[in-house]
Amino acid sequence: MTVNFLMQNLINALQWGSFYALIALGYSMVYSILMLFNFAHGDIFMVGAYIGLGVSLGLLSLFGSGAAAVLPGWVVLVLTILISMFLTAFVGIIVERVGYRPLREAPRASAAITGLMIGIILETANILFLGGSRLKFPQLIESVTYNIGGVYVTNKKIMIVLVSIGLMLALHQLITRTKWGMAMRAMAYDYVVVPLVGVPMNTIAAMTFAIGSALAAAAGILFGLAYPVLDPYMGVSFGWKAFVAAILGGRGSIMGACIAGFMLGFIEIMTVPAIQIMNRLFSLNIGSNFRDLIAYSIVLLILIFRPHGLFGQAYSAKLRL
Amino acid sequence: MLLNVENLRVSYGNIKALHGISFNIDAGEIVTIIGANGAGKSTTLRAVSRMVPVETGSVMTCMGKDLLKFPADKVVSQLGITHVPEGRRLFGNLTVMENLQLATFARKDRDNVKKDYLRVFEIFPRLEERKSQASGTLSGGEQQMLAIGRAFMSGRRLMLLDEPSMGLSPLLMMNVFQALKEINRQEGTAILLVEQNARLALKFSKKGYVLENGNLVLEGASETLINDPEVKKAYLGG
Ligand SMILES: Nc1ncnc2c1ncn2[C@@H]1O[C@H](COP(=O)(O)OP(=O)(O)OP(=O)(O)O)[C@@H](O)[C@H]1O
Ligand SMILES: [Mg+2]
Repeated sequence: MTVNFLMQNLINALQWGSFYALIALGYSMVYSILMLFNFAHGDIFMVGAYIGLGVSLGLLSLFGSGAAAVLPGWVVLVLTILISMFLTAFVGIIVERVGYRPLREAPRASAAITGLMIGIILETANILFLGGSRLKFPQLIESVTYNIGGVYVTNKKIMIVLVSIGLMLALHQLITRTKWGMAMRAMAYDYVVVPLVGVPMNTIAAMTFAIGSALAAAAGILFGLAYPVLDPYMGVSFGWKAFVAAILGGRGSIMGACIAGFMLGFIEIMTVPAIQIMNRLFSLNIGSNFRDLIAYSIVLLILIFRPHGLFGQAYSAKLRL
Repeated sequence: MLLNVENLRVSYGNIKALHGISFNIDAGEIVTIIGANGAGKSTTLRAVSRMVPVETGSVMTCMGKDLLKFPADKVVSQLGITHVPEGRRLFGNLTVMENLQLATFARKDRDNVKKDYLRVFEIFPRLEERKSQASGTLSGGEQQMLAIGRAFMSGRRLMLLDEPSMGLSPLLMMNVFQALKEINRQEGTAILLVEQNARLALKFSKKGYVLENGNLVLEGASETLINDPEVKKAYLGG
């Protein structure tokens, strides 16, 4: 058990954490302003990945690939991410408009069920239109492995983590520096009053879904680069795990979602070396397939001691006017 | 006529809160509605600001336009009708300045916005001192000033005020009402004031209505109402 081995796992944890954090943000942003969890969000991540696949294939056929490429791979990648984020944002807007807005005054459970239904619709639509087979995500950039003092890092892992953190910082700027972000913060505090100051609440809600979905699309593409096989149900387990991160971070907390996303990646990945250490120390024989059982038991324990999550805020009673 | 309301009826589920009231406000006029707890005063303001649905048959027009065609945010940004709600309802997680900025969300006239901030700080110098403080930590009086300032920033044709005197010391109350008079005089902003403090409201306004159990039972010049024996007995403590 070397330091290198731990470092190696730490890098993997950062990568997984990036996916969880990017997706968890969508749950938290929507929850913070509308007090509902968008349970279709995991499937929006899936749709984002597939849109990314379509966009990248389109760009590759337009600009050529391999030796005939007109544009370098990383340019195609950046374009793919931006275009797919933009397109997936509209998926989010439609989901809000069709699925949630009509139910704004309905009991929360109805909205939750709506989310699950939309999720099933998205999965089924994917199977219908694309045949349900697993599809390969094109590797837009060439993989390079660096050996840093015995720790192997690929350029893709570095890029995934950096792009994710960059997107989080951009989101932070948007929320703290723009009038749109200000309106989102106001809505998180007391959404009933928002129209009273002339702010169009529906526009802010739609925008929040759009941003959350765009981030999920980015996560989908980054995931496709790291694990280049897409399937229609990829959003299910990922979605639930990211949802766990959103709860762990504290319902509606943006910062909490980021930190808990990384934390969850860390707990999941680090459980495996931890199991190995335990096995060696105590001569046990626990298989690494116990990973999720152990990892999510830890999450459960944290939640028992911090039921509001890490950064949960007690404010916002959301009374009527 | 700035605002004309006819046969306004509002229910909360089975509870009928307004049974078809009619009233009107002229441009730049100060009008008050007085009434006991639960009479329907706040409901009246919520109906005008489109925060509660009204029953069919209710008519509300603002400068001839059908108010019912406007959603709540457009009532503010397009018609200039602002609502300072009961309990102020500031965004406590935003700073004083952010609360004011948010109120200009839909405004396009940037130059005027700048001037309007200065106007608010001129009327309420306290707010300028506390510009970057989280509004949730302001004192009750400061919060009321900010609530009025916020409304001022978002529009100024008609301001709906729900019990602005609540929880204020007599001195602060005087300050606030003086500021409101000033806004009314300088900007020509009409005011619809709802108060339990009937004496204060009638002294401040030109025209008054008395609301009882969802019905307007009396209307007239405020001077007349303040001397009306029934009003005196019921609302002015004898
Ligand atoms: N959200 C609501 N749901 C159900 N009933 C309500 C609601 N809001 C008000 N009511 C009822 O409608 C009636 C009028 O209420 P409203 O708040 O307009 O009274 P008010 O004159 O403003 O009273 P106060 O002086 O106490 O503020 C009351 O009987 C009240 O119980
Ligand atoms: Mg009231």
